Amino acid sequence: MNPLRRFLRAPEAIAGAIILVALFAIALSASLFFPGDPQAIAGPALLPPFQDWSLPLGTDRLGRDVLAELFHGARTSLVVGLAAAAAAIAVGAIVGTLAGFTGGLVDEVLMRITDAFQTVPSFLLALAFVSVVGPSLGVVVAAIALGAWTGPARVARAEVLSIRERDFVAGARVIGMHPLEIAFREVLPNALPPVLALSSVIVAAAILTEAALSFLGLGDPNRMTWGGMIAEGRAVLRAAPFLSIIPGVALVLTVLGVYLAGEGVVETTAVRRSLS
Amino acid sequence: MTRSLTLLRRRLVGSVFVLLIVVIGTFLLLEAAPGDAVDAYIASTGGDAGMIELLRHRWGLDQSALTRLANYLWALLHLDLGQSVSFSRPIRDVILERLPNTLLLMGSATALSFGLGSALGIYAGARPGSFRDRFLSIGSLALYAVPGFWLGLVLIIVFAVDLRWFPIGGIESLASAKTGLDRAVDIASHLVLPVSALGFIYLALYLRMMRAGMAEVWRQDFVLAARAKGLSRRRIVLAHVARNALLPLVTMLGLQSAQMLGGSVVIESVFSVPGLGRLAQEAVAARDTPLLLGIILTSAVLVVVINLLVDIAYVFLDPRVGANEASA
Repeated sequence: MNPLRRFLRAPEAIAGAIILVALFAIALSASLFFPGDPQAIAGPALLPPFQDWSLPLGTDRLGRDVLAELFHGARTSLVVGLAAAAAAIAVGAIVGTLAGFTGGLVDEVLMRITDAFQTVPSFLLALAFVSVVGPSLGVVVAAIALGAWTGPARVARAEVLSIRERDFVAGARVIGMHPLEIAFREVLPNALPPVLALSSVIVAAAILTEAALSFLGLGDPNRMTWGGMIAEGRAVLRAAPFLSIIPGVALVLTVLGVYLAGEGVVETTAVRRSLS
Repeated sequence: MTRSLTLLRRRLVGSVFVLLIVVIGTFLLLEAAPGDAVDAYIASTGGDAGMIELLRHRWGLDQSALTRLANYLWALLHLDLGQSVSFSRPIRDVILERLPNTLLLMGSATALSFGLGSALGIYAGARPGSFRDRFLSIGSLALYAVPGFWLGLVLIIVFAVDLRWFPIGGIESLASAKTGLDRAVDIASHLVLPVSALGFIYLALYLRMMRAGMAEVWRQDFVLAARAKGLSRRRIVLAHVARNALLPLVTMLGLQSAQMLGGSVVIESVFSVPGLGRLAQEAVAARDTPLLLGIILTSAVLVVVINLLVDIAYVFLDPRVGANEASA
């Protein structure tokens, strides 16, 4: 049975995949359905959901269209989640490979730095980084990646430690390849699968961290974010709780979709490996 | 006992190095910030160029970065974190004032997630593959997907605004001036919602780990032996399977402490709990970089201490730990 078919036989994995496909569709179609500025005023303030069908989810405190905000917010969550995870995995894989392959003092120094990063709460680090450099999309991505690369680095190092003893690495040494070339062209690609297995957890955590940062007002001020929407709704928590609840539900569904789909992928590929 | 001491000493030496890296790293990061403490101070109070020069000199900000780092490290050795710009008080005093609230919040939330999480994990793992196992696994994953600050707001809407069971925020009622047991009850009722918001998120972690650990143990020979002896299923689950699966969770407790501390930043802000996390947010808002540096450092020390405690606990819980390292 091929992995795709096995993936499709797990109900949780299908649910996750459907959520993710819907999310991508929403993020990609945001400018299509809501071409204007999502921060523009669209109607009366604090219109409850399901009252006016031109504004199906109602409006916020400033009269902005909640559905349009939601669509544009999906874009930010996805971009930040994917970019931060990609950066964290890239940095982690490189640091882990260098530490594991070189060994000795380099390994010791790199791993103590990894320890240090794991000792500081990653959210606090992100908070400090954004507040020092100033909030923008790139800075938020960097701030989240800063606290997320340590996991991949540890996994990559452990893999590299076992791979570097294999025959093909000795072979590459014999034909005179440069050690760095061996590390990054021979060893790193083989160490990647278990590192990539972490990606769903890292993407999910990145989306949650982005939401928390923008909830505290440290997101990119020029972009719609779900965390920012929740913070905005918090000011009218008694009068219009739906303003905080709707973007939160979107966040929960997104993160759950990432977890479920990720778990499905890891499980199907793990079965394949144990069978072969 | 000596082997655990050897282990502890080795961890302590490592921790000092790690903390040194943390200090230097954060110092460099905050050094990169545009403007310094004097700019922030002048922005809030106003003052002329002469005043700026004077303050820069008095606070040692006119020296080179390396000198200031050395000065900072030297002061740290005397447990002096410097002066807070926004509070105009020693940073150590401000932090020590807020720390107990955060510790209370973190400790209670950890107890909740560890206790309930491992109990539900045992319940799920007792019958692997059953309906309740699948239900709890998926349910806990859904809970893990919930942003803590949002769960906090939902709890406020339901239990503080609609039902009025618990106060909406803060750590205790200010005007009441309660003492003794009354005060404890008052603080506890303020803590119910924030502790739930923080604790329920991480519950999934312990539940899933317990369950996965038990799945491993079920396959081991001694479980078969216990069955062959004719022990009751209940006894096998509790005394043999769960007991052996519990140890990795204790390690997780230490690893998780940094996460918990990060999570409490947002939770404290949602519930207006005057703790370390809210202080961090106030420091960010006031551009008080020395205070932020002090908070980050305090958190790092806290994480290191918790992990050391976990290591010590581990030595008592698992007699195999450290046996090799002491003989080596």
